[in-house]
Amino acid sequence: MATTRALARLAVRRTAVPAMWTRSFATVDPITKVGETINPSRPVVPESKTSTAKEPIPEKGSKIKTFHIYRWNPDEPTSKPRMQTYTLDLNKTGPMMLDALIRIKNEVDPTLTFRRSCREGICGSCAMNIDGVNTLACLCRIPTDTSKESRIYPLPHTYVVKDLVPDLTLFYKQYRSIKPYLQRNTPPPDGRENRQSKAERKKLDGLYECILCACCSTSCPSYWWNQEEYLGPAVLLQSYRWIADSRDEKTAERQDALNNTMSLYRCHTILNCSRTCPKGLNPALAIAEIKKSMAFT
Amino acid sequence: MARLSGLQRDVLSLYRHCLRAVGQKPADTRANFRDFARTEFRKNAQLDKKDFGTIEYMLRRGHRQLEIYSDPGIRNISK
Repeated sequence: MATTRALARLAVRRTAVPAMWTRSFATVDPITKVGETINPSRPVVPESKTSTAKEPIPEKGSKIKTFHIYRWNPDEPTSKPRMQTYTLDLNKTGPMMLDALIRIKNEVDPTLTFRRSCREGICGSCAMNIDGVNTLACLCRIPTDTSKESRIYPLPHTYVVKDLVPDLTLFYKQYRSIKPYLQRNTPPPDGRENRQSKAERKKLDGLYECILCACCSTSCPSYWWNQEEYLGPAVLLQSYRWIADSRDEKTAERQDALNNTMSLYRCHTILNCSRTCPKGLNPALAIAEIKKSMAFT
Repeated sequence: MARLSGLQRDVLSLYRHCLRAVGQKPADTRANFRDFARTEFRKNAQLDKKDFGTIEYMLRRGHRQLEIYSDPGIRNISK
């Protein structure tokens, strides 16, 4: 609280000082990192050729699990991405992959970089590819079988900002392009709220829970090859959420915007999206519903 | 002059875009922006020209930086 107040005071003072003292925000050191992609022309250095960061003090009766984690540092752009191996005692680690990552960062290697926030699957920050499946690290249990080694990569076919942090700029741009907000021209009849019946509200179940973690989009082969034009399952699910909304009055415009060969119809019902969704939603069904609604208009 | 590869042309085109963006900045700070753009390119001029992955990464990064610094709210830049 005290810090926010101090910041607010600072902000107020800043506006009061003469122009010659105001620092434009460009004087901050220029660091913008667009990422590195996992591409076949730059193969990843396998974990057999990098060193292992070990659990600090191994104990008797400990369950040692090995994690191979993708590492790439944008500060050395000429160096290749590599797989780093870490071992952790599962008895001292929480049950989820995110606990393991946080423990590695706290106790073994503070340079490991990943996004995380809520640790309970509600923010969608910690989406990554764990043992070949896109999922949220906070919702993924560490397999207790210590003979199997876990491999953690950033989301596939995204540019990497650093280590496990993907660049989702394009994803968010696409989300913005579908206008994810209520569009109405007429005020509600009683001048208060836009009301819905229970049946109308029920149509939004299974749609509004999406947290935009990008797990489904980055698991879709069709999205891998046509990222620029195909919107991808996550964004189409959101698009359907607004098409299905009884309060929205721009349904026809929304459908019109999708009515081309690329935006929607690059979905070939591969269904990777529904298989991978860490929240258990069904983007493929939403896409099918959009296709159906457009076929009958 | 030798024929340039596609990647080399991309780099040159980014450089031209940067210099053109400098013209949109206030007259008294233009020199700073110009120096900044030039040193950023100089810094990586000795990159191995066969190291395509790195060059492509630096290009993406350059485009991102250009987009950010083109904002009219940014009026000066430090070296």
